[in-house]
Amino acid sequence: MVVDRPQVTPQVTDATDVTVVRRRAAAVRRRGIVVRLGLMAVPAAFFCVFFAYPVAAIVGRGLHEGGHWRFGRIGDVLGDAGIRHVLWFTCWQAAASTALTLAVALPGAYVFARLDFPGKRLLRAVVTVPFVLPTVVAGSAFLALLGRGGFTDSLWGVRLDTSVWAILIAHVFFNYAVVVRTVGGLWAQLDPRQEEAARMLGASRPAAWRQITLPALGPAVAAAALMVFLFTFTSFGVVQILGGPTYSTLEVEIYRQTAQLLDLPTAAVLTLVQFAAVGAILAVHAWTVRRRESTLRLVDAGTTAHRPRGGERALLGGVLAVIALLILLPLGVLVARSLDGPDGYGFTFYRSLNSLGTSSTFVVAPLETVGNSLRYAAVATVIALAVGGLAAAALVRRAGRLVRGFDALLMLPLGTSAVTVGFGFLITLDKPPLDLRSSWILVPLAQALVGVPFVVRVMLPVLRAVDDRLREAAAVLGASPLRVWREIELPLVGRALAVAAGFAFAVSLGEFGATVFIARPDSPTLPVAVARLLGRAGPDTYGQAMALSTILMLVCAASLLVLENLRPRAKGADPSPGEF
Amino acid sequence: MTSPLSKRALLRVEDATVRFGPRAALDAVTLEVAAHETVCVLGPSGSGKSTLLRAVAGLQPLDGGRVLLDGADQGAVPAHRRGVGLMFQDHQLFPQRDVGGNVAFGPRMHKVPRERREARVRELLDLVGLPGAAGRAVGTLSGGEQQRVALARALAPEPRLLMLDEPLGQLDRSLRERLVVELRELFGRLGTTVLAVTHDQGEAFALADRVVVMRDGRIAQTGTPLDVWQRPASAFVARFLGFENVADAVVAGAYADTPWGKVPVPTGSPSGPCQILVRPAGVRLTDASSGLRCTVLARTFRGSHLALTLAPPDAAPRIDAAAPLRGAPEVGAEVAVTFTPDEVVLLPAE
Amino acid sequence: MNTIRRRAVGALVLATVGATVLAACGSDSSGGSGDTSSPGTGGSAKKSTTVTLVSHDSFAASDAVLKEFTKETGYTVKVLRGGDAGAAVNQAILTKDHPQGDVFFGVDNTLLSRALDNGLFTPYTAKDLGQVPADVQLDAAEHRVTPIDSGDVCVNYDRAYFTTHKLTPPTTFADLVKPQYKNLLVTENVATSSPGLAFLLGSAASYGDDQWQAYWKQLKSNGVEVVDSWEQAYNERFSGSAAGKKAKGDKPLVVSYASSPPAEVVGVTPAPAQSPVGVATGTCFRQIEFAGLLHGAKNTAGGQALIDFMLSKAFQEDMPLNMYVDPVRKDAAEPEVFTKYGAKITDPESMAPDKIAAKRDEWAKSWSSIVLK
Repeated sequence: MVVDRPQVTPQVTDATDVTVVRRRAAAVRRRGIVVRLGLMAVPAAFFCVFFAYPVAAIVGRGLHEGGHWRFGRIGDVLGDAGIRHVLWFTCWQAAASTALTLAVALPGAYVFARLDFPGKRLLRAVVTVPFVLPTVVAGSAFLALLGRGGFTDSLWGVRLDTSVWAILIAHVFFNYAVVVRTVGGLWAQLDPRQEEAARMLGASRPAAWRQITLPALGPAVAAAALMVFLFTFTSFGVVQILGGPTYSTLEVEIYRQTAQLLDLPTAAVLTLVQFAAVGAILAVHAWTVRRRESTLRLVDAGTTAHRPRGGERALLGGVLAVIALLILLPLGVLVARSLDGPDGYGFTFYRSLNSLGTSSTFVVAPLETVGNSLRYAAVATVIALAVGGLAAAALVRRAGRLVRGFDALLMLPLGTSAVTVGFGFLITLDKPPLDLRSSWILVPLAQALVGVPFVVRVMLPVLRAVDDRLREAAAVLGASPLRVWREIELPLVGRALAVAAGFAFAVSLGEFGATVFIARPDSPTLPVAVARLLGRAGPDTYGQAMALSTILMLVCAASLLVLENLRPRAKGADPSPGEF
Repeated sequence: MTSPLSKRALLRVEDATVRFGPRAALDAVTLEVAAHETVCVLGPSGSGKSTLLRAVAGLQPLDGGRVLLDGADQGAVPAHRRGVGLMFQDHQLFPQRDVGGNVAFGPRMHKVPRERREARVRELLDLVGLPGAAGRAVGTLSGGEQQRVALARALAPEPRLLMLDEPLGQLDRSLRERLVVELRELFGRLGTTVLAVTHDQGEAFALADRVVVMRDGRIAQTGTPLDVWQRPASAFVARFLGFENVADAVVAGAYADTPWGKVPVPTGSPSGPCQILVRPAGVRLTDASSGLRCTVLARTFRGSHLALTLAPPDAAPRIDAAAPLRGAPEVGAEVAVTFTPDEVVLLPAE
Repeated sequence: MNTIRRRAVGALVLATVGATVLAACGSDSSGGSGDTSSPGTGGSAKKSTTVTLVSHDSFAASDAVLKEFTKETGYTVKVLRGGDAGAAVNQAILTKDHPQGDVFFGVDNTLLSRALDNGLFTPYTAKDLGQVPADVQLDAAEHRVTPIDSGDVCVNYDRAYFTTHKLTPPTTFADLVKPQYKNLLVTENVATSSPGLAFLLGSAASYGDDQWQAYWKQLKSNGVEVVDSWEQAYNERFSGSAAGKKAKGDKPLVVSYASSPPAEVVGVTPAPAQSPVGVATGTCFRQIEFAGLLHGAKNTAGGQALIDFMLSKAFQEDMPLNMYVDPVRKDAAEPEVFTKYGAKITDPESMAPDKIAAKRDEWAKSWSSIVLK
């Protein structure tokens, strides 16, 4: 047996050996970078070709006139009192909507996270429906709640349509699920014993909540707030339908300047302003997300909920009442109107939908639009999963600043006007090999652009939560990196992948903006068909639009319900899918 | 300085260096493990033990030096092709697979046919004392059972070298003592080559043919358990092994000058300044008339004997001593202490 | 490691492409629109059999009529639709260097100047132009565009409301500011809605460039309400439409189209004696929609054939029930539902396209400062 004596001084090694070793270590490191860049290549290419390039082109066309860049336009536009008013309104309504959404939805987050009650899963799917519902449809349903002859009018004589309250409340309706899912998702996983430990140390229940739970939730609340702020900052349909002509957001203004007035310079400046704002929001969001991922002690979400007791019953009752009033009622109105035919309630409109599209190219049979929508959404989902999945895989490896920036970039489409993207497509994707303008693929591509951020947001936390040593354990047992991915990561993140797919699918299904601004061959999606029906007079068109909307809602709800059933079941160490 | 390369060395680590920023987690470590040998790396947390295992496994790229298995440089070989097993500190059982699925994972990766794989799983679960547990979910296992499954999983692909990271770290004492014996017996029977790391000296001495003590990324001492126990190579090793009677000394002839007065040293000890270790067995309690006068500060029951902590006068370092169960002095009693040269070890001055 | 990862990436990409191709096949087979290859890509040697029509979302034609076109000329029509009329024209302008198709349909007199100034069209004199009255041929000098249909934007009224309230419905612009019609009218935002703009232009044509502001101030004090879109005005606020009844609309007067009354009775059985909606015939502004051969069209011959066809009797007589517009061809018969339930607009207001182009922005601004502030 060879016995080494203690070696106190480091050994002097041959200089060439050192170089060889260094080179080898450097090669290993380089290989890591190459792998990461390789993973990022597809999403980066997708992002550049289908987002950055078109948007840059349309902005460039606005600011580049007669061979010169006209950055002076920025000053002109920002100096305009009307534009400044729009900017101010955009900001404050977003802030107010965010505050209101948090106030209304945080108790809901608690209820969904910590209380057990029958029908919880179904309800969680239902509150998410508005989030993916096209605003055209939801807006008109919402009018039935707040408008003339609506719920508040007939009950208290209060009409809120065309007041700013209608916008704010509708924003709560749309974003309720964002808060419930983001904050509630984390809340359900916070170890209740932490709070119990604080109580054993003498903290009262509220004090323990304030000292322990609130700081832990803080980053999630901030992240949810920022997402809501982002969605409301770029709000389009809600403001158009409910706000009336006196209210206009930046997004509405960009639409007007581009699609109606063709004032590209003004639109370009506004787009840049919106980019700056959205970029700032995303930077803050990324920062809070990082903080959220850092130091929490998480447990299985299935173990923390309990039956409501005492005051919690009142809280549960209150939350359910709010949901009923704010979400179920407008959705119910939609369904009711679709059934309210000329000869009383029945399926008249659904039946008459079937007779459409037999003779004219204007409206197509509903079954066909459902088919179109499903097909487009399926393709968009595949693209979003491939692009978003690869992006998440690249982002999960130790993130440098570059990578984090990439993360934020992928979110940018969420904050970009659909008309900007749509028109950008038209002027850039017009030459071979990318002459896609008259191709059907343009629609799912535009939809995927919106789906990718959702996929990344869902996948990333889960991939990050997969213990590195689990991968290592498989590697030392002889599994190659591909096998490790297939045998260890895929099963662990499979559920998250399904959730991501469902989200991308639902969002694609409801996507309206980009779809409508792209001239495309005649295969209208559900939201487009609804808009077309709403756009013409007739004894049946409105009822048919409502019937189609109900079908859209059901398809959305069904796919979300499938998602809900994919959430973590009782036991198991697998991390639950991320929320936004 | 360098030792001749043993022909039978299964693993040879040469000058392995790993840096995390400015800190060297492994600082030019050289180490060999012979076939069928069990080597235990012992050291406090942060001494680089786990990094050493990860470097050998190929999970941690080296900043310097190399790792050889059967004489072949492993620099370009990825972890999954090295044919070494690693049992993780917290097991890392795959949560989505049952016990059988976990154990069968390695053989599956090595394309072992199904029947042989199933036979292997049965055989290993028998071996680790969990017969018939193949269908159980890993979430339902106790700590000791998880440990056994992790061991079975690590053994299943028949690695040429099995590495254990704190193999018994999370288990309670009685289970640990029983498992240590079982493991030693098992490795002996299977002829497995084992490289284990632990911070528990008892575990290391019970398990290992040879012990490697690490400190700050470097090897402080290597030797058989008996060797290391009897001749700690430095005050650090001595203290890490639990010996507290260490003091500065100057040797002159047969005696050394220490804060405890004159202490006899083994014959032939070189003269000059050094450190001195007196093992508790070398501390003799006599009647109060001769020797160093100490006060008994504490006594601790140790089963076969009582451990005494003695306070010498004049703020000299405290002395640990052992006394038989019967007739041991009470706390507060005055005793006289003499030293026997057989239990005195001279350590290099720090 | 490297190669394996690359292979994984490759597999994903392949999967994407595969799914894409599959979906493409699916959409082709169910779309049934025949040859979907883009115009001209087949090579210049072979004569293209597809003619591509670019239009807005409201374009519609019967399948049978389009088949007839194919039978007559051998060309298959491929329709690309994008956005409302304004957005569609703007898209065409943006893509004028690489046009998306051969013919553009759907530019009306309010947008005509913008399209012509941008050089969107190549002149072509349609075969049956002689059948079209001269007053709708707004580009008679150059024939860059061909009039296809016309429609009148007029105030509509809820017949039932005026019967039950024993009130005479208004018929002229001047009526609308009378006290008995206070708080009854809903119109659309000039900036975002094409009928909204048309109604403003009608009032300006009637009162003159300097007097319409005073008229609108009176309208404002008479309680005119403004919403952003026709959909909201007609489907939500108007009490006379089927949709508005359901939505409990409260405005018996709305700015809509002269064709709305017949639209409200299409398909209703048994056929009612009257449409529930009437038209204030003295409040109308005429919109004329044009088609033009796109500059740089790949299939010029096909495009010309299509324009000719759009002026043919078959197409002109098919249009009313598909798009709720009036044919421009003198000898085209209107469907019975139009003659029975529609109003005859004899003297609508109109305005020259270049004047509209010149005044539009300025008027829209002063309109909104009068009405919205």
